[in-house]
Amino acid sequence: MSAVVAILSRVGLWGRGVVVAIPYLWLLLFFLVPFLIVFGISFAESIIAQPPYSSLVDWLRDEDAGTSKLQILLNISNYFRLGGDDLYILAYLNSLKIAAVTTLFCLLIGYPMAYAIAKADPARRGPLMMLVILPFWTSFLIRIYAWIGILKGNGVISNLLEWTGLTSGPVEILYSDWAVYIGMTYCYLPFMVLPLYSTLEKMDPTLLEAAADLGSRPFKAFLSITLPLSLPGIIAGSLLVFIPAVGEFVTPELLGGPDTLMIGRVLWNEFFANRDWPVASAVAIALLLVLVVPIMIFQHVQGKQAEAGR
Amino acid sequence: MRKIGFLSWALWFGYAFLYVPIALLVVFSFNESRLVTVWSGFSTKWYGELINNDALLSAAGLSFQVAAVSATLSVMLGTCAGLALSRFGRFRGRTLFGGMITAPLVMPEVITGLSLLLLFVALEQWVGWPDGRGVTTITIAHTTFTMSYVAVVIQSRLAGMDGSLEEAAMDLGARPAKVFFVITLPLIAPALVAGWLLAFTLSLDDVVVASFVSGPGSTTLPMVIFSSVKFGISPQINALATLMVLVVASGIFVASLVMARQERQRKRDEQMAIQNG
Repeated sequence: MSAVVAILSRVGLWGRGVVVAIPYLWLLLFFLVPFLIVFGISFAESIIAQPPYSSLVDWLRDEDAGTSKLQILLNISNYFRLGGDDLYILAYLNSLKIAAVTTLFCLLIGYPMAYAIAKADPARRGPLMMLVILPFWTSFLIRIYAWIGILKGNGVISNLLEWTGLTSGPVEILYSDWAVYIGMTYCYLPFMVLPLYSTLEKMDPTLLEAAADLGSRPFKAFLSITLPLSLPGIIAGSLLVFIPAVGEFVTPELLGGPDTLMIGRVLWNEFFANRDWPVASAVAIALLLVLVVPIMIFQHVQGKQAEAGR
Repeated sequence: MRKIGFLSWALWFGYAFLYVPIALLVVFSFNESRLVTVWSGFSTKWYGELINNDALLSAAGLSFQVAAVSATLSVMLGTCAGLALSRFGRFRGRTLFGGMITAPLVMPEVITGLSLLLLFVALEQWVGWPDGRGVTTITIAHTTFTMSYVAVVIQSRLAGMDGSLEEAAMDLGARPAKVFFVITLPLIAPALVAGWLLAFTLSLDDVVVASFVSGPGSTTLPMVIFSSVKFGISPQINALATLMVLVVASGIFVASLVMARQERQRKRDEQMAIQNG
């Protein structure tokens, strides 16, 4: 150990450079470059070969004339297909709708929870927060699976409704948009509660006391003080839920019906069922374009929080 | 008074929403009947069947191997990244670097999976590596998306930590690398453990990215679960889920105990230092 320390100390001057360079290069190679490749392949043609796409750049040699030429073929028909086919447009719109509803549900359930935890006794806050995060550590897939048994016809909810006499036959909630809303709200809820809690916890309670002293009703004080002050948390939490939810695949695949169109599912099917890699790439690029503004807002908020934490 | 009533009601509703599905899952893993949602008697036979399911066991072995390696790699890379972001001030390309750290946190998995697969295919064409897809490609993919989480955990720990100890060591003539190994590393050890566990869990949980970048013969546990769940529910999956919940719960319990003990030790050390000084 001490030998390692000694060697590393000797290289201390350029050590800083190495510390930045290793993760930097890793991310460039495995995060940024792949996007450029996806962008490139979205302009390729689907062919039956290994790999199943045409190359964009060809070096053509004309033996008779003794000349060579560089040929770059950009095929934009994939994008025309996305714009011309109702399936894709509907899938994009439906994904945005499902993600927005999920975000709203997470906010409606998560805000009171975060608020209650932030108002709790300081010694109890840690364990209460732990209880919110704990389900996140159990498998996402398993948590979705749990809802299949609850929502299906003859499932837990259905049996409960029949037993209480509210319905006369089995009720099938599974394989519908509602099942997707429930499953996604369930899975993303901790991501909403965490940032909300961290802004609400930092809030100065004397502000509310001052408002109360000046005769403000608790609800009015909440609307004019707490809500605006917790806005950064609301934005961060909403983006943390909304952005991945737009591209969600597993939940609609397992809980949604065949008509629950989501863009993640379309991409998956283009890739695995149709083996049309170029169209799948075009779908991915179009999805990124939809998400680029929310992602940039998220980065801005995240950067500000990191600065403030210092 | 009414408001407090509403708040605690909302809190308990939230916890019920989070835990009832998991509790039902565990209860029905001991159900005699194949029908997962109708109780017909206590039985542990599904656990017995689970132990004899070779496909599932080998997938679990592969998943644990991938998760352990990728979590270790991602702690190394993530620590470097977190250190760079919180201690190095401004450096060239910092904005891009910060962007590449935060973007994977919210990037839809289908995009990450597709883009990494296309990279591996292109690399194989250009440089002949990686030769086919399998454990290596899954490990690299998991390292890439989990290192961002580790970096954020490390960064927030470093941001909440007083830099004066490091400065003092530097003033006394210690080289940066020595300061890191002797001062910073022990101080951020809890964050390293938390980051490793987080990366391990995320890797063990991933089905989408792994489906894209895996090859024939390298099927991870979530991929097996996913394909069996698609054909309906089976009590075996309930039994498996119960075991996973048990492992996670005991892991978290042990980790929090260890961390609490370390924290107490640290406080005691500080107290002693103050008294002696």
